This record gives sequence, C-alpha cells and structure tokens, in this order.
Amino acid sequence: MLTSFIQPEFKVEIDRDKCIKCGRCVQQCGWGVYSFAERPIPDDSKCRACHRCVTYCPAHCITIKRNELVFRDSENWSPALRKAVWRQSESGGVMLTSMGNDKPYQRIFDYLVLDACQVTNPSIDPLREPMELKTFIGRKPDSVEVESDGEGGYRLAPGAGMENNIELATPIMFGGMSYGSVSLNVHKSLAMAASRLGITMNTGEGGLHADLYPYTDNVIVQCASGRFGVDADYLNRGVAIEIKVGQGAKPGIGGHLPGEKINKEVSTTRMIPQGTDAISPAPHHDIYSIEDLRQLIYSLKEASGYKPVGVKIACVHNVAAIASGVVRAGADYVYLDGFKGGTGAAPQIIRDHVGIPIEIAIAVVDQRLRDEGIRNQASIIAAGSIRSSADMAKAIALGADAVAIGSAALIALGCHVCQSCHTGCCSWGITTQKPELTRRLDPEWGAERLTNLVHAWSHELQEILGALGVNAVESLRGSRERLRAIGLDASTCEILGVKPAGM
Amino acid sequence: MMTTATGPVEGYVKVAPTVTREGDTATIDGHGVYYRQLNEAVRGAFADGAKTVKLGNINGQRYIGNGITGKDLRIEIQGVPGGDMAMFMNGPTIVTDGSAQDGVANTMNAGTIYINGDAGDVLGYGMRGGRVFVRGDVGYRVGIHMKAFENLIPIICCGGNARAFFGEYMAGGVLVLLGRNVQFADQPLVGPFCGSGMHGGVIYLRGEVNPQDVGKECGIFTADEQDIKVLRPIVEEWCAAFGDDFEDVLSQPFTKLVPVSHRPYGKLYAPM
Ligand code: SF4
Ligand code: SF4
Repeated sequence: MLTSFIQPEFKVEIDRDKCIKCGRCVQQCGWGVYSFAERPIPDDSKCRACHRCVTYCPAHCITIKRNELVFRDSENWSPALRKAVWRQSESGGVMLTSMGNDKPYQRIFDYLVLDACQVTNPSIDPLREPMELKTFIGRKPDSVEVESDGEGGYRLAPGAGMENNIELATPIMFGGMSYGSVSLNVHKSLAMAASRLGITMNTGEGGLHADLYPYTDNVIVQCASGRFGVDADYLNRGVAIEIKVGQGAKPGIGGHLPGEKINKEVSTTRMIPQGTDAISPAPHHDIYSIEDLRQLIYSLKEASGYKPVGVKIACVHNVAAIASGVVRAGADYVYLDGFKGGTGAAPQIIRDHVGIPIEIAIAVVDQRLRDEGIRNQASIIAAGSIRSSADMAKAIALGADAVAIGSAALIALGCHVCQSCHTGCCSWGITTQKPELTRRLDPEWGAERLTNLVHAWSHELQEILGALGVNAVESLRGSRERLRAIGLDASTCEILGVKPAGM
Repeated sequence: MMTTATGPVEGYVKVAPTVTREGDTATIDGHGVYYRQLNEAVRGAFADGAKTVKLGNINGQRYIGNGITGKDLRIEIQGVPGGDMAMFMNGPTIVTDGSAQDGVANTMNAGTIYINGDAGDVLGYGMRGGRVFVRGDVGYRVGIHMKAFENLIPIICCGGNARAFFGEYMAGGVLVLLGRNVQFADQPLVGPFCGSGMHGGVIYLRGEVNPQDVGKECGIFTADEQDIKVLRPIVEEWCAAFGDDFEDVLSQPFTKLVPVSHRPYGKLYAPM
C-alpha cells in the first residue's frame, strides 16, 4: 500500500551548471534533505524552506519553490485542509506545529495609523533634542512625593514607592523562551544583548543556566506550572519573577518538551532526569482562583526579598476581567500574550483557533484597569506578534507600558519562520539541542544582531514620538487619540477606543 | 515559655513580634502577627545565629520557612501554619504540633517536615527533594508533579487517607500512603485519578486500590522484597515520629504504582 498521499510542499532546485559539488548543502541542512552521490540529490519531501542551504551555497545555485500542484478549486476544502485530513488519517495523531498563528486573521495593527504634528504644534527632531524612552515596569504609587535635590531641581523622595520597578532603557523586553526549546547560545545572545541594551531577557520556564549568571541584572526568571529549575537561588538571581499562566500561541494548554530535547545540560538546568518528557501541566495546580494566585505571588515575593512579580496570561475572551483579578492579586505587571504569539511547539488546532488579538486585549485591559482605578498598580506588557517599531508604537498608544518580542528576536538570529521548531532540527541552530547545529549560532554575533535590532526600533520609536510632537514615550502611553483606524468596523473601533480616520 | 492565647484572633497586626533568645533557640509569639513580619522575624532569628526557632500561637500565617536554606536549622510550630509552608525550602526541619493547611513543601528542594496532624491540598507540588511525614489524612492532588533529580529524591509519607489525584503527573520520588490515622473511616484509602499522568517515581499504598481509581498511565503491582527495602526506612521514620508500631504497619501488603512509560505522550503527535 501507498504510505502517504501527501506530496512535498516545496521543490528544491539546483542549477546544475553552477553547482560546484562542494557538498555544503548536505552538511548545512538540519532535516537531511540532501544526499550526495557525485552531486547533491535533494529529497523534496523533507524540505521546510528554512533557506539554510540557499544562504550557505557558495555558488548561489539553490532555489526553493512552492510545489505548485494544482488541486480542483474548492474555497471550502483548501489544499491545506485536505492534507491535514490525510496526515491525521495516516497517523491518528495531533498535528504539532510551532512559531505563531499563520492563518489570515485581520492584523489590526495594519489597520491603525499614527498621528503627526503639522503647522499649529511643532514636531520635534529626535536627533537634536532629548527623547526619553526610559520605561519603568512595576507598581506605581498612588501619589508621588518629590523633594529638592539641592541644585534647584527635584527628585523623588525616598520611599516614594518606585523602588520596586524594573528600569528599561527602551520599552522593549525579550519574551520568555525556555532553554530546552531554544539553545543555550540563543539564551546567551539574549542575555548579553539585554545587558548591553539595559533591557531584560526572560528565561522562559526551563531554568537558568549557570552561564547566564553574569547577566542576571537583566534577566527575568519564570515560574511555570512545571516548576522546572525553580528554587530559592533561581528566584533570587533575577531582577523580577514572572508567573507564566498562559501563552498566546496555546492558551489553556500546558507545555511538553519531548525527551529527545532533554540532554545533560538541559536536564541540569531544569533539574529533571535526562531523556524524560518535561511536562508542564496546563494549570498551576496551586492556582485555582485569584486568591490562590495572590498566595503564589506573595510566596515568590517572600522567597526573593520582595522582588517584582509579573503574571503572563494568554489573551482570551475575558482578558479584561482576568487581568483585573491578576492586578488585584498583587502582580507588578501583567504580560498579555496575543493569539499570534510564537511557540516552540503547540497543537496546530490550538495555535490557529484559540485566543484573541493583542491589539484588542491591550485596549480592553488598559480601559478596565483605568475604570477600576487600579491602572497604576501594575504595568501592561504587550506581546504576541510585535513585528516592527510601528507595532510597538501602536501597542503603547493603545495602553501598553512596554512590548515583549520573541519571534522578532529569533528572526534577528537567523530564524526564517519555517514553523518547524518542534522537530528539534532547526538548521539555524536556534530551536535545537543538537551540538552540531547549536554551535552555528555564535552568542557574540547573536548579541550584536539583537542589539542592532533593538537600537533600530528605539530610534524609529523616537522618530515617531518626534513626529507626534512629544519628547517622552510616557506621553504616548494610552494616548489613543493619536491613533486612527482605516477599514476597521465600528464595533472594533469602539472596543479599541480609536476613531476612524477622518474623525 | 510563652502563654497560649485564648479567644479569636481579631485581625493580624503588621508589627514585629517579640523574639526571645535562649542559647541557640529563638522563641517568637505569633499571636495576631501578620505573616510578613512573622517571617521576617524567623529569617532574622536565623541570621542572628539561632539554630532553632519556636513559633507559638500560629494561626494561618502563610509561607513559614519559605525559601530558607540551611541543613541544621529547625522550626517548631505550635498552632496551624497557613498556605505554602516550606515552599522552596532548602534544608531545614519543620515540626508542627498540629495540622497544616494547603501547599506544604510546594517546590521544596531539601529538608524534613513532620506534621502531627492532617495536611491540606497540593502537598509537595513539584517537590524536588527532602521528606515530608504527615501523621494523618491529606487533601487533593498531594505529590502532584513531584520530581527527582540526580541525588535528590523527594519522599512523602502520609499516615491517613488521601483524596483525588494523589501523585498526579508524578515525575519522580516516592509517595507513600498508610491508611493508619484516618479521620473518616468511610473514606477510601485513596481517591480517584491516583497517579494519572504519572511518568516517573513510585507510589506505595498500604492495602489495595480499586483499579478504576488509578490513572491509565500506571502499572499496578504488589510490592515485593525490593520495594520493602525502599519502604522500610521511610515507614520506620514515620513510626518513630508519630509513635506507631512499625511491624504492624509493615504486616499488610502494599500496592505499588509505577508509570508504564517515561514518555506518556511520545505517540500523541502526527509526524509533520
Ligand atoms: S552547496 Fe550549492 S554548490 Fe555546494 S553542492 Fe550544494 S548546491 Fe552545489
Ligand atoms: S527557529 Fe528554526 S525551526 Fe523554528 S521557525 Fe525559525 S528557522 Fe524554523
């Protein structure tokens, strides 16, 4: 019997006239597409279009094309759906995928535009005038006391209630990605970049490798349901602790790092045996209520000398009420992860069909916390597909204090969004633990690229702020009046608190 | 010695409690003291060189022993400690003279806990090392997601009955249930979904278990001589702590639950 109906998604074409038969493609591909018999022979069925071979072929003779097999048209039964049915009828399994939701849902950020100054109010040139991006994450006092600094200026009085804030040089953080799902070199790149940039990286739920100890002033440590690598020492090392309740790519779903990825180093960092599956239960079993969440928040504070504790939740239908509960439970920040957020592995059906967009979540959470008079008690961090500085500016205008980036950071490190992280064979050495692949990413090189990216976005944000005629990112925060919608329906505009363009 | 307070506690007060010091021992009266000041006083006493801290009039204060490191440290509690006692604890010994609330030994690394009464839900959640001995019954989801790592092997031995989800998601360690000091004789030894999702470690139940109450990931066996070798020191310590007859406890056969796979979800996914 035929074992599979599924035809290759891509075609690997080699221009034989140009090929110098060096074999580099064979060595570069993490998925074993190529064999070599006097010349490279690709097996199309294994190709994931990650472009590693294309990038490294010295003769530039490899092209990856879509396999344009024509199916009889059906708007209802797309080729992807037909293939999914075949795949599942072959194996009986859950379809696993990675990165973020790739379905064509409306991307609200792309329907929002920013304002600028003209004639009556001057814009500011950020190249010549100071433009403040510094951002404080954490609980703000209900009122502020200032005192004279003795030099004619003022400063915050001691005990003003800002001590427990995390200071970011720019409103960007690296989102949680665990060591185990990504390689140690990725963690090192992120940590080094965060410390150079004055921002934070986030361990994700896989513990903190000892190689990152020099950078812990810029590391947020995560505590998820699996409690991997979480002990008193770990909690005391970071600048803050994050309770991960949910993830935008898979709301309501736990984590599951397959045994193949648990090598010696990962096992030591997670404090679990090698080769066993690392299962993060869907819920924290000590959190069944807001009161329980409060108990955990304060337990983490007790164990860490009262460091800031944030809570990461996936954006779901009732996100405003949930975030309100999270803030009332004592969280210093609430991290909202929208439904386009990335993941190292998730069931496709969950990734593509559960949760709500980050734009909506920011707007409703910010509004709810304002309405309840508790907006100052916690910062809002927005994540779940922040793809550019424009997305960042719009997120901040909608009400976020800062954004967190995960996928964008990986793309900076070479990720081509081939959505195959769950295979553990990433040719770019990012989401793999195979030593021959992980060594492809030099942390020094990675840190530089990440630093460049964040600098570039920060400069662009300064340009946007200058055009808006404000000189601090504070002034954009929650300023929805500086946004307009083009082509969004009336109810979405109302929920976002944004007027349509022309009004 | 401190005097035992009587009557209801009218709200906790956020003031430092009185600490009296005698040699290596610090005594703290917890009557009406808010948990934060109480725990500050406990940490302060250890920082001042005390080896034993005696806590009197404890009435629901949370996080006692939370994150404290030090093998030779000891906390003695009179009263009922609140949630998350000994969470992230790393070495000390805690003894209570009565029952404890939920979350005892949550994500604990090392140390020993003796509870002279019953204990609540999620005892030993994600516990990675150390030992917990409970004289009586325990609540729901006890030993959930217990782990083991290298030479760290957590042990929980409960003297009474346990409710549902005993040892759920268990990934390592030893979980023992004796059915001796039960409060409600009509309760089964262990509730439903025992060991469901289990992928490491071992559960020993003194007596028999209804197979329907056991997770499908577990194999059910009768404990053999090898198992008794594992059980002996644990039961011995439990008996010594709570004054029970060791031979009598071991006279009844034990049921052993172990996972059938370390990779329970290895075949769940379609190759993609
Ligand atoms: S890397 Fe390029 S030139 Fe080298 S064998 Fe492969 S296709 Fe040919
Ligand atoms: S991290 Fe690697 S495997 Fe994952 S999408 Fe990017 S290139 Fe592909």
